[in-house]
Amino acid sequence: MSVQFIVHEPGDMVGVVVVEGVKAGQKLTGWVMEGDKTLEVAVKNDIPIGHKLALKDLAVGDTVIKYGVDIGKVVAPIQAGEHLHVHNVKTKRW
Amino acid sequence: MKTKFMGYRRENGRVGVRNHVVILPLDDLSNAACEAVANNIKGTLALPHPYGRLQFGADLDLHFKTLIGTGSNPNVAAVVVIGIEPVWTARVVDGIAKTGKPVAGFSIEQHGDLETICAASRKAKEFVQFATELQRVECDVKELWVSTKCGESDTTSGLATNPTVGDAFDKLYANGNTLLFGETTELTGGEHLVAARCRTPEIRDQFMAMFDRYAALVEAHKVDDLCDSQPTKGNIEGGLTTIEEKALGNIQKIGKKCIVDGVLDKADAPTGPGLWFMDSSSAAAEMVTLVAAAGFVVHFFPTGQGNIIGNPILPVIKLSSNPRTVRTMSEHVDVDVSGILRREINLDQAGDMLLDMMVRTANGRNTSAEALGHREFVFTRLYESA
Repeated sequence: MSVQFIVHEPGDMVGVVVVEGVKAGQKLTGWVMEGDKTLEVAVKNDIPIGHKLALKDLAVGDTVIKYGVDIGKVVAPIQAGEHLHVHNVKTKRW
Repeated sequence: MKTKFMGYRRENGRVGVRNHVVILPLDDLSNAACEAVANNIKGTLALPHPYGRLQFGADLDLHFKTLIGTGSNPNVAAVVVIGIEPVWTARVVDGIAKTGKPVAGFSIEQHGDLETICAASRKAKEFVQFATELQRVECDVKELWVSTKCGESDTTSGLATNPTVGDAFDKLYANGNTLLFGETTELTGGEHLVAARCRTPEIRDQFMAMFDRYAALVEAHKVDDLCDSQPTKGNIEGGLTTIEEKALGNIQKIGKKCIVDGVLDKADAPTGPGLWFMDSSSAAAEMVTLVAAAGFVVHFFPTGQGNIIGNPILPVIKLSSNPRTVRTMSEHVDVDVSGILRREINLDQAGDMLLDMMVRTANGRNTSAEALGHREFVFTRLYESA
């Protein structure tokens, strides 16, 4: 079955949109690669291909997990289904 | 995976997949003469570059290592070296001569460009006629030295394209090939995962010393953070948010089974098969130039947003899984693995597609970068000239 977003591992807080033209309000089907499960999420923003959507609500200071590993910290509140990128997440390095 | 291919067996026993006759400038001043020789003698390849004057210490050593390594690469049949003066020119000639391949040096002072071009052209003609008579012979695929580095990565790189290289590397590692990865700063956030893959505590310490040195360099020179450079603007456009996320995708290239068998300084050649880490810049052309100088003969270059790099002597095989990139930049993509994201193919199949393209490329098929004339030859500098 074709999917609109992919998640690396169960427990990851983000999925990656892998199709073009995703619009706010759309309900997307995602595939969790590790364990081969599917899930559905309604997106709250337009999200370009390759960009991430949040799978759960996140507060400022939370750690974002992808690949099962820390990829940075939340700097603005994020709701499940919202676009997660440089406007609301920053590196913990440098 | 096929076990045999047709390659060029060089005088020192190494196997090449290309048969270049290189006209190599020692320094910036000699570019014009080299380009004139390459224009006179068809089938030669001039490699102009902007450096080689008033460098000193470790930076000068790396300059010589890069030139000598480039000329010594098994993808090169013979070399004409031209420099402004004879002493450093001879140093490069003598370094390349250790491989046993034909090499000759010419210097410009007291002769001028025209006399030098005339003498060097006669030698270059002789070398082309030598090289064009060489025949490809059957070689074992495990004799291929294969390097990897990704560029203009995005989230699809970490999902599918880099894991495709990882699958191919796992298979080549089991096959006994010599493999290499690098990009020191692009491991930031995943350095502990690479450290955990090092074969011995000594190798782990050497790796971490290289990582910490590079991190200190970034720390010393950064303004604010590196968010204007790392991730790059292309990475961010492609959806990568932080260096940690980029690094975790990057590390997928070393597969799940490969062990890091050793670490190398820039442009140094490995001393045996296995997976090697080279302390190197993450800028594509710099890194690929260094691995070509280390003797690698085929390169895997996964890209997300569409880095278009090539190298003059090292065939760069480009792969992408980003459906937009493979549609809008198809002329740059050798292996389209976007089917992974549509769940039409799995990683094992994608890895086999890449290995099939590796053997076809080794047999002589030009890569997209070769066909499009991408010959980025970019030296790594360690500091200012005197």
